[in-house]
Amino acid sequence: MDLRSELASLTLEHFELVLVAVIVAAAISIPTGILLTRRAGMRRWVLGFANLLQTIPSLALFGFLIPVPLIGGIGKRTAIVALVLYALLPMMRNTLTGILGVDPAVRESAVAMGMTGRQVLWQVELPLAMRTILAGVRVATVTTIGTATIAAAIGGGGLGVFIFRGISTVDTTQILAGAIPAAVIALLADEGLGWLERKLSPV
Amino acid sequence: MNAIVEFRGAGYSVTRPQGSSDILRELTFTVAAGETLVLLGRSGSGKTTALKMVNRLLSPTSGEVLVEGKPTAAWDPIRLRRRIGYVIQETGLFPHFTVAENIGLVPHLEGWDEERIRSRVRELLEQMGLSSHEFAARYPRELSGGQRQRVGVARALAADPPVLLFDEPFGALDPVTRLDLQKQFLALRDALHKTAVFVTHDVREALMLGTRVGLMRNGRLELLATPREFLHAENDEARAFLAGLDWKMEADGPSQ
Repeated sequence: MDLRSELASLTLEHFELVLVAVIVAAAISIPTGILLTRRAGMRRWVLGFANLLQTIPSLALFGFLIPVPLIGGIGKRTAIVALVLYALLPMMRNTLTGILGVDPAVRESAVAMGMTGRQVLWQVELPLAMRTILAGVRVATVTTIGTATIAAAIGGGGLGVFIFRGISTVDTTQILAGAIPAAVIALLADEGLGWLERKLSPV
Repeated sequence: MNAIVEFRGAGYSVTRPQGSSDILRELTFTVAAGETLVLLGRSGSGKTTALKMVNRLLSPTSGEVLVEGKPTAAWDPIRLRRRIGYVIQETGLFPHFTVAENIGLVPHLEGWDEERIRSRVRELLEQMGLSSHEFAARYPRELSGGQRQRVGVARALAADPPVLLFDEPFGALDPVTRLDLQKQFLALRDALHKTAVFVTHDVREALMLGTRVGLMRNGRLELLATPREFLHAENDEARAFLAGLDWKMEADGPSQ
């Protein structure tokens, strides 16, 4: 395979890793963040756990997961699990901060007008926290794009394949072939999600 | 007259690490249909706590509060709150809703059709002295403090609730705007005959707007009187509040 077509397929693979990981992580962390706004007692433990996950060096986390049954092994699935674990904290924290940041007078009025808990959440808290939540999604996406290059170390594919191959063959061109597209994707994602954030924020 | 709101020995205490403390003790009074009861008191006297018990934002820890003859604990809180308009100092208008959407909130929750909501919003804006053409599509941040409060009052009135609660609604306004809104409140009070509980720490406002004034101190109701009776009350706390009025009058005196 020539470099060009390999670049295309690895970039696509990279995209896939990031997209799946961020969507799964969002599906876990945003509802958890909402739950944490209602359960102050759980905050320390859940955020502490998510924080702990982030402190594990990424290469080590990928390694740790290999022997774990069901989610482990060599390949994409393990890589995605690791990426999901990394992406949890920023989205969970921003969901919590965003909702807790809603003006208490606004929330109190919503309740006093006779809105149900669900209506307060969907019509008041989430729209007003949207900007902060999306900022969390953006941070999570950009870091995941970078971290996903390590997926190649455990056979997860993606642009990291170039980088690891480049390192082992002392070939700078190969390293750059992985690093530059990853950086470009990260910048584009940052811009795109930043635009979405401004577009969707109500105030 | 029948009591629309009734406090029966209602108390409220909170448990703090230092022990429990009473915010409200044995509060007993009734608010009759069509009357505006003003709860007057210093900061921390418990007046806002009492107000929030009417629409069950807070529940009494002893005794009970009845609305239309039924204890608030027995009401479905959602149904109860949709029958009670609520206006607070910070307005609590939704910043992501337009003026029209803010005012139409409760009618919308109640499932009114769009045309009926639109005409109700128009009617209320005009009633509050705001041109609906000019203001309906604006966002709260594009309004002055006085306009925001008017919209807040319009929102509370929207579904025509029989009971209205006001928590220092004009407290943050400049004196001239405040007087405008107080006059408008009086006009509405006399036109709509709503049952209202109004919380303030401004004795002038209390005497101007209330059909009766309830004076609160340290979680107790010290005095319940008509504005006229209040002016001649012997109660220390009442005299302390009235001293503020006297001082203004004396200051006017020598120049006349």
